[in-house]
Amino acid sequence: MSADVPRVKGGLGQSILRKEDQRFIRGKGNYVDDIKLPGMLYLDIARSPYAHAKITAIHTENTLKVPGVLAVVTGKDLEAAGLAWMPTLMSDKQMVLPTDTVMYQAQEVAAVVADSRYAAADGVAALEVDYDPLPVVVDPFKALEPGAPVIRTDRKEKSNHIWHWETGDRAGTDAAFDGAEVQVAQDLYIPRIHVSSMETCGCIAHMDSVNGRFTIYMTTQAPHAIRTVIALVTGLPEQNIRVVSPDIGGGFGGKVPVYPGYVLAAVASIKTGHPVKWIEDRSENLQADSFARDYHIHAELAASNDGKVAALRVKTLADHGYTDAAANPSKFPAGLFHIITGSYPFAKAFVEVDAAYTNKPPGGIAYRCSFRVTEAVYTIERMMDILAHRLKVDPAELRLKNFIPPEAFPFTSALGWTYDSGNYAGALRKAMEIIDYAGLRREQKEKRGRGELMGIGISSFTEIVGAGPSSTFDILGIKMFDSAEVRIHPTGKVIARFGTKSQGQGHETTYAQILAEELGIPADDIRVEEGDTDTAPYGLGTYASRSTPTAGAAASMAARKIRDKARRIAAHLLEVNPDDVEWKDYAFRVKGVPAKSKTMQEVAFAAYTNHPPGMEAGLEAVDYYDPPNMTYPFGSYICVVDIDPETGQVKVRRFVAVDDCGTIINPMIVDGQIHGGLTMGLAPALYEEIQYDESGNIHGGTFMDYLVPTAIETPHWETAKTVTPSPHHPIGAKGVGESATVGAPPAVVNAIVDALQPYGVEHIDIPVHPWKIWQILHTRTPTF
Amino acid sequence: MSASARPVAPAASVTSGGRSMRVELTVNGAPVVAEVEPRTLLVHFLREVLGLTGTHIGCDTSNCGACTVHLDGKPVKSCTVLAVQVSGRQVRTVEGLEIGGKLSPVQEAFVEAHGLQCGFCTPGMMMTATELLSRNPNPSEPEVRDAIRGNLCRCTGYVNIVKAIQLAGAKIRSAAPSSGGKA
Repeated sequence: MSADVPRVKGGLGQSILRKEDQRFIRGKGNYVDDIKLPGMLYLDIARSPYAHAKITAIHTENTLKVPGVLAVVTGKDLEAAGLAWMPTLMSDKQMVLPTDTVMYQAQEVAAVVADSRYAAADGVAALEVDYDPLPVVVDPFKALEPGAPVIRTDRKEKSNHIWHWETGDRAGTDAAFDGAEVQVAQDLYIPRIHVSSMETCGCIAHMDSVNGRFTIYMTTQAPHAIRTVIALVTGLPEQNIRVVSPDIGGGFGGKVPVYPGYVLAAVASIKTGHPVKWIEDRSENLQADSFARDYHIHAELAASNDGKVAALRVKTLADHGYTDAAANPSKFPAGLFHIITGSYPFAKAFVEVDAAYTNKPPGGIAYRCSFRVTEAVYTIERMMDILAHRLKVDPAELRLKNFIPPEAFPFTSALGWTYDSGNYAGALRKAMEIIDYAGLRREQKEKRGRGELMGIGISSFTEIVGAGPSSTFDILGIKMFDSAEVRIHPTGKVIARFGTKSQGQGHETTYAQILAEELGIPADDIRVEEGDTDTAPYGLGTYASRSTPTAGAAASMAARKIRDKARRIAAHLLEVNPDDVEWKDYAFRVKGVPAKSKTMQEVAFAAYTNHPPGMEAGLEAVDYYDPPNMTYPFGSYICVVDIDPETGQVKVRRFVAVDDCGTIINPMIVDGQIHGGLTMGLAPALYEEIQYDESGNIHGGTFMDYLVPTAIETPHWETAKTVTPSPHHPIGAKGVGESATVGAPPAVVNAIVDALQPYGVEHIDIPVHPWKIWQILHTRTPTF
Repeated sequence: MSASARPVAPAASVTSGGRSMRVELTVNGAPVVAEVEPRTLLVHFLREVLGLTGTHIGCDTSNCGACTVHLDGKPVKSCTVLAVQVSGRQVRTVEGLEIGGKLSPVQEAFVEAHGLQCGFCTPGMMMTATELLSRNPNPSEPEVRDAIRGNLCRCTGYVNIVKAIQLAGAKIRSAAPSSGGKA
């Protein structure tokens, strides 16, 4: 780019305001529950009060007497149609409605269809169900004990063990531990949490039997994949299925799975011939939709006396609830947990995960995280601090001593991932400088002298996002490419459609910026659409920070295909040989005579009015982008906490986040993603947890009990960046949506454990509620 | 599927033919008269009877604030108010923030400070902010955070919402320097 050439308006690196905001600030968003179709009916769901019970009878008479109620759907009705069970995304199956046994509290038991929302709810209230309670298993360790009640009696294997998965060099790792100078070990539990997007899940299903068309407006992050799943499961011809994902009020992974409510609305529409709306309540959303995490981890780290890491060994038990309904790539039942060697050059590593059934809702989905990366980062970043404490070295110093150096990239980890690029020390040093790390340590020393509890915590995380290369990544066999279809109209304006689906990330703006940069057309002139499977090219959707690495790359590649043709049109207009024309400074210019040029807009007009003889008219391209590798965003976070010795309350005084997501498309939006991600990292560290009692009763099933942080709990986040482009992405971008959620929890916990060093504390399981600290303060003698 | 013989009637309201009461109120400056079942929540009345879908529903325990509207100028959670309770009163929703086709300072500032992402909490958040700034056009960060503590946001981490509200305050102050400003 010539220095004196003005940048295209809205191109890369500019903090332009978001296009989508104009409708949202006017209350003119179009979320699923805002849509009303003629003749639309409403569906509500009766749910089980028991975590495990036989259903002995469902009495529908009183429900059918409720004014406005039209029908009740039970598992027996579905069984007759072969729809009582449906496949999960993980080669398991789950119930749409039970035919005989419920397996978790709040499980769907029956659906009521009525002509109004309130009548449907009245019908649910009037429904009587007889249950015969069964023994409940909530603890995954107990679930695997001999003699434990078998939950999934439908399976051939009469056990609660789902699968065993392992990766790495078991013998080599064991040998490295045998010879290690230093070993540390820790049990870490990462509890069940819930994404709690502000919009709950729901749909409007409409089977138009006259035209044979099935349309579903649905809160989904992956509309195209859903269309194919519907076709495969129901046998409906795929061209007659239309999935529309309108404005989505946050997803974070919770809107990837197919929930029974969607299927019930579809069945109800087929039966009644009317459009049927189902919108879940928040309590239903928290109690029955897919959860995240629930990993019981035992981690061991071997190192030398001088603090060089050598080997990592991790054994994990995953609680999947009553079915494995996670949303991981087929090859990886534990997701990308094996990014667990993190930012460090371990020579040997071995990871194994076992999965168990319990009487809890299904899941194991993400919570703003790329397939179990949060669990991995939390583990390695906690273990590094535990090692630092053992060796009595500063946690920053230990990290700086061990980081994979910038010149080692591309770097292949002990567990087989090839990291694309990184400068880990650069990010940590920047964070230390911004927060005045040395000054904080001096302050801490003085405060410890006075018995005050102040802690500083570091997390230097490496993410793995952008799933993914087709050689390795698929969901149910569908390769994880993504797509862009770009069309330039005669007047030089653009419509572009994508296989992804924004849920607040701002794709309408950022994709337009990529195209603006590639095409020399202002972002204001580029309209971006997603989410309608009738119009958008096929793609796997938005989750796991994959949109920029895949569909963003497809935007660039489609634009470059357009440029290839446009260059030939430009040559025709300039009356020179195409080889003498180059794309430079947002225009096609005659080599050596840059003033002789044609803009993309001029070329676009010619593409419809004056294209060269023998060339097809029009100016458009489609690209299905299969990334050659994953991208590896990284960063270093430093958290400062003060702990109230009277109450055990943690106050996050400062939190500096230095992120590196490669090339930045829109700095304002990237910062917004980091702010939100940090808050969803703070939440499980300090507040959020879904617990169950021994009978399988959920604790934390409403917003009264499940503490989503408000503006009061959330600190003022401080952000900064380093930029290390991805060498394999067309514009060098890596993706950013989840980095902060992944990186933040260990920074918070490391800070708390650091504050409690005088009490000899090595670890506290999240969420670190005040009572956990209070107990430590009142049961241990400090050595200040 | 067990079904009753009743014919299907398109849903005209949120309820199905129970006892109804007449409500007369003003919504965004315009008079509204309707017959509603007494149990109809204000949020359902606004969304489903009046078609004002900018007011959202994010929970069932009055925690999230996505349904915040103004009732006689004060923010209320419209999921916790019955439509029949607001008879004779003034309701203002997000659709009523624009004045004469011009965005309000709060709406402008939410865009300019990137105070929204998915947009679901935004209408409620802006209604709370608008009322805060009508009382206090120059709020400190703690005052802003305190004011919006009943409005949950899952996307933004609140930093830019706080900035947006303070920016809106600055706009209001510069527009009406002598009076102290009204949102």
